[in-house]
Amino acid sequence: MEKIYQIEVDCANCAAKMEEAAKKTEGVAEATVSFMTQKMKVVFAEGADEKAVMKKVLKACRKVEPDCDIVL
Amino acid sequence: MTRKQKKVLLRIIVAAILVTAFHFVELTGLPSLLLYLIPYLIIGYDILRKAILGIVHGEVFDENFLMAVATIGAIGLGEYSEGVAVMLFYQIGELFQSYAVGKSRQNIAALMDIRPDYASIEKDGETIQVDPGEVEPGTIILIRPGEKIPLDGVIVEGSSTINTSALTGESIPKDAQSGDEVISGCVNMTGLLKVRTTKGFGESTVSKILDLVENSSMKKSRSENFISKFARIYTPAVCYSAVALAILPPLVRMCMQMPPDWGTWVFRALTFLVISCPCALVISIPLSFFGGIGAASKCGVLVKGSNYLEALSEAGYVVFDKTGTLTEGVFRVKNVFVRENIAKQLQADGQDAQTYILEAAALAESYSSHPISKSLREACKKDLERERVTDIEEISGHGVTAKIDGKEAAVGNARLMNKLQIDFVQCHEPGTIVYVALEGEYIGYILIADVLKDNAAAAIAALKKTGIRKTVMLTGDSRAVAESVGASLGLDEIHSELLPADKVMRVESLLEEKTPKEKLIFVGDGINDAPVLTRADIGVAMGALGSDAAIEAADVVLMDDDPMKIALAIQVSRECLRIVYQNIVFALAVKVLCLILGALGIANMWIAIFADVGVMVLAVLNATRTLYTGKYIQKTE
Repeated sequence: MEKIYQIEVDCANCAAKMEEAAKKTEGVAEATVSFMTQKMKVVFAEGADEKAVMKKVLKACRKVEPDCDIVL
Repeated sequence: MTRKQKKVLLRIIVAAILVTAFHFVELTGLPSLLLYLIPYLIIGYDILRKAILGIVHGEVFDENFLMAVATIGAIGLGEYSEGVAVMLFYQIGELFQSYAVGKSRQNIAALMDIRPDYASIEKDGETIQVDPGEVEPGTIILIRPGEKIPLDGVIVEGSSTINTSALTGESIPKDAQSGDEVISGCVNMTGLLKVRTTKGFGESTVSKILDLVENSSMKKSRSENFISKFARIYTPAVCYSAVALAILPPLVRMCMQMPPDWGTWVFRALTFLVISCPCALVISIPLSFFGGIGAASKCGVLVKGSNYLEALSEAGYVVFDKTGTLTEGVFRVKNVFVRENIAKQLQADGQDAQTYILEAAALAESYSSHPISKSLREACKKDLERERVTDIEEISGHGVTAKIDGKEAAVGNARLMNKLQIDFVQCHEPGTIVYVALEGEYIGYILIADVLKDNAAAAIAALKKTGIRKTVMLTGDSRAVAESVGASLGLDEIHSELLPADKVMRVESLLEEKTPKEKLIFVGDGINDAPVLTRADIGVAMGALGSDAAIEAADVVLMDDDPMKIALAIQVSRECLRIVYQNIVFALAVKVLCLILGALGIANMWIAIFADVGVMVLAVLNATRTLYTGKYIQKTE
C-alpha cells in the first residue's frame, strides 16, 4: 500500500525532519517527503490501518516541526 | 506573496523601524532592555515559541533553538540592538527563502503548465464547461482554437493544427484532422475540433505526465541523501562545539590564573551557532534538481527522479536499439534498379523506367497488407488503377504473381524468382530486395529499407562530443543491414541478429565491461524492450508520447522521436550537477571559514548572519539557474 499526501511545511530542513519522523512511525514501511512539491509519499507496512497510522505520523511530525500539516 | 509571507514582512518592517528609532533614544539598564524587548518579541515570538516547543518535545538542536539561544544570549550580555538585529535578519532570510522557493516552484509549475482546467461538452444544444475528471470515455468534447486538449481522444469532426510543444519541446505544430488521435496537454491552435474521448482524465497522457514530474522529486539523488545525512551529524556537532567554545577557554584561563572572560567566549559561541544553520545546503540541492528536471521537461525530456538526473551526468556507455530509435522504423523504397536493355526499351516508348517498375510492383501488391506492399504503394505516389490487375496469387514467404493489363507479372524475393525459374541477378545490398519480372523476364529490383532518422548521425556525434566513451547498437536485424547503419552513423560497436533475450545478455556483459563509475544508458522505443530498459542503469524510452508502456518502463522518457535529446539530457544533468557541487563547496567553505573566524573572535554577529542568510540566499539564486539550462543549451547549439 502506498499513498501520497499533500503537506504544508515551511523549510527544507523541517521537511527532512518530517521524513525522519514519519519513517520511524509504527506501521510505516517507507516514507519520502518532497519539499518542492509539498508532498509526502508513505508506504504502509502490511496490514497497517492507514488512517490510524497517518494520525500517528502527523503527531510525530508536529513534534519535530510544530508548524507542519498533513492534509489527511 | 502569500498571506503568511505578508504578515512576516509587516513584522520585519515594524521591528526594523522600532530598532532604528530606539537607536537614538539614550537609555541604559532596565528601561532600555524593556524598550528593545518590544521589537524583539514582535519579530521573534514565533521563533521563541517553536524553540520552547522543541525543547518540550526533546528536539533541542534545531535552528529555532539556535536563534533563540543566540539572541537571548546577546541580549543577556547587554547587546540589545544586536540581539534584535540577528533575529530581524534571520526572519528576512527566512522570508526570502520561502519567497524564492515559492517562486521557483511556480516557475517550474508554469513550465509544466499543461493541466487543463475544463472540458467543454454539448448538452441539450448548449455548450457547458465541466471538470475534465467528470468526462466519461466515449464522450464528444468540443475544443476551440487556443484551448488545451483536456483528454486523449480521436477527432470526429474538424481539422486544425496542434501545438505539442508543452509535451515535446517541439516548436513546429502538427496538422490534425478527422480520424487522427489527439493527446491531452497539447494546444489546439486554429480550428474548432470535436473529439471523442478514449480515456478518462486519470488515464490521459496529461495526468500521467504531471504525476511523473511531480513525483520525480521523491526519488532522491545521492547528493541529496548525502546532505541530509550530513546535516544530521553537522548540526549537533556544531552545537557541542559551541558549548565547548563557551566553557572550555574560560576554564583554561581560570586554571592559568587569568580572568575567565566569560562574556567574550559565550558571545563567540553564539556567533558560532548562528553560522551553523545547514539551510543553504538543505534547500539549494533539491531545488537545483527540481529545476533541472523542470528544464529537461521543457525540452521534451521527462526524467523520473533526481537520482536518474544525477546518473545521466555519469553516462559512459550509450546502447541503442536500432529500429524506431536510430531509424524511422518504417520501410521506404530506397532505390529502384532497372535492367539496362529494359530501361532503353521503356525510354523509347516515352516512359520513365523507374516509375514503370514501381507501378507494376505496386499494382501486383495492391491488395496485400504487408508493410513492404504498403511502402511500395507509398513510393508510387499516384492513385493505382486496381482494375488493371487480375488473377492475384499470394505465395506466402515468396511474393505475389498477378496479371497486369493481361501480362504475367511476378513480384517477390529471390525464392520466388527461383521457384518460377526466372533468370535474375542476385543483389546483395542491405535491406529487403523485391525482384520484378514481367512475362517471365526479369526487369529489375526495388530496394526497400528502414531509413535512418535525419539527425541520428548528428546525435551520435553530439554524444561523442559530450564525452560518451562507447556507443553500441543492438538489433534483431540482419548483419548486412546493421553494419551499413553502424558505419554510416559512426557507432563503436554493433551486435546484430539478436533475439530480445540476447539483448538483455548483451547489456549485462556491457555492464560488466564498463568501470563501476560509468553509467550505461539504454535507448529504445519502449515497445518490446522493457526488460532491457529495466536492466540498464538508465532506461530511456523514445517517442513515448501516448505510449503508456514506455512511460511505465523507462527512467527517462523522450516525448518525441529526436535522438539528439539524449545528448541534451546529459548536458542538462551535467550543468545541474555542476550547480549542485558549486553550492555544496561554496556554502561549506564560507561556513567553515566563518566558524573558524567566529571561534577566533574575528567574525562578529554580522558576519555570522551573512554566513547563514547570505549564503542561503546566494545558494538559492544559484540553484534557480538550473531552470534555464535546457533552453540555453538548445539555443547555443
